[in-house]
Amino acid sequence: MLKEVFNKPLKWSAMKNLIFKEVDDLIIGSLGIVAFISFFVGGVVSIQTALNLTNPLIPRNLIGFATRQSVILEFAPTFISIIMAGKVGSFITSSIGTMRVTEQIDALEVMGVNSLNYLVFPKIIALLLYPFVIGISMFLGILGGWMAGVYGGFTSSDEFIQGLQMDFIPFHIAYAFIKTMIFALLLATIPSYHGYFMKGGALEVGKASTVSFVWTSVSIILANYILTQLLLSK
Amino acid sequence: MIEIKNIEKSFGDTKVLKGISTVFETGKTNLIIGQSGSGKTVLLKTLLGIHYPDTGTISFDGRIYSDLTADEKRELRTEIGMVFQGSALFDSMTVEENVGFPLKMFTKQTPKEIQERVDFVLKRVNLVDAHKKKPSEISGGMQKRVAIARAIVNKPKYLFCDEPNSGLDPKTAIVIDNLIKEITEEYDITTVINSHDMNSVMEIGEKIIFLKEGILAWEGTKKDIFKTDNEAIVDFVYSSNLFKKIRKAQNKEHGND
Repeated sequence: MLKEVFNKPLKWSAMKNLIFKEVDDLIIGSLGIVAFISFFVGGVVSIQTALNLTNPLIPRNLIGFATRQSVILEFAPTFISIIMAGKVGSFITSSIGTMRVTEQIDALEVMGVNSLNYLVFPKIIALLLYPFVIGISMFLGILGGWMAGVYGGFTSSDEFIQGLQMDFIPFHIAYAFIKTMIFALLLATIPSYHGYFMKGGALEVGKASTVSFVWTSVSIILANYILTQLLLSK
Repeated sequence: MIEIKNIEKSFGDTKVLKGISTVFETGKTNLIIGQSGSGKTVLLKTLLGIHYPDTGTISFDGRIYSDLTADEKRELRTEIGMVFQGSALFDSMTVEENVGFPLKMFTKQTPKEIQERVDFVLKRVNLVDAHKKKPSEISGGMQKRVAIARAIVNKPKYLFCDEPNSGLDPKTAIVIDNLIKEITEEYDITTVINSHDMNSVMEIGEKIIFLKEGILAWEGTKKDIFKTDNEAIVDFVYSSNLFKKIRKAQNKEHGND
């Protein structure tokens, strides 16, 4: 399957348009929901941390530190990816699956178009911009945490920012984006596979979307565990 | 001309096509008829290269499909137009984008040339006001016309139609049938139509092959249908009361009653 996907496209001009369309559908179209969730979950992480700091000896800058670590290491790359498996993954499976059911994929093949390349390659290229989404998620998650912490009266702005800067390990950013790239590949290929090779009618398109979401989520969780073990353990 | 020799195709333990040999002639509408499950669609998909035959050869004007290189197969596919049962128009594209798609993908024509050709074929299929509409915004009959326009836009040598009348009212079905026949003669192409609509058969069928349980049970012209004693085709065609009456009337006319 992957060999066919990465074959030379029939026409680069047509492929370029498809890639722009996929960037619009998969990346730009996801920014709203990602921004909303990231901002509020970042806020909740900050409040939860603050509410659990009952010992007066523990400094309040820990709120900023905990928010940064939670958002950068796990929330933005992993949990946003699970949400994207539901949003983008279901969209990919159902759109390709519908094309299968309505013989549009057969039509491409009969014309001599490599349908796997035509349908899947632009999605993979578009999702190379996925780290951009996660970068925004990280920023908004921390911003939400700062606003909830400061305006909720749990910490001061200086303390929160001090916490953000405390014990900062630049490799954690690299780790988060390495994970993100692997998840992007999973988000593009697993739903495409379930859509492309589905059989049946409209009901099966719905089932394929569900199965695709489950397998993409499971793969992301497992990949997350393996990558964390490989990249962070000493 | 498309010549098939001893085509066999199985799916698991089920043998769907059992040694079919025939010739589909150029400039004629060739119809494959038969009951549901007789192997019509599998034969059509085998001709199109969607299924590969287990044995036998398919030859397109002397070019044996299985002997062609990948590039030659791709080249051959650009000479094929296909009208799918459900039209198979691309949902995300407008009517004119659908029709212009093969030109955009396979030719070096400029956007202006593509637009001119698209306008011409849409006019040819009597569709003038739907250029900017999406497939979901037009009727089933119009979708079929768009599918025909897309199939002929790149001037194919071979036109395949899978149940072109399914889901259409009788009047629109006749319009579509006649359009396919006119295009076949006008472009001198080899047209193969998969159908179980006897009205289509009698309207446009110049060569008819009848499949029964994966075997070519009968072949001939539409005139031959009224004369044949082949039990399989008689049983299939005259399952309709209308055709029983026509046969009775014809036999009476020829004094055979």
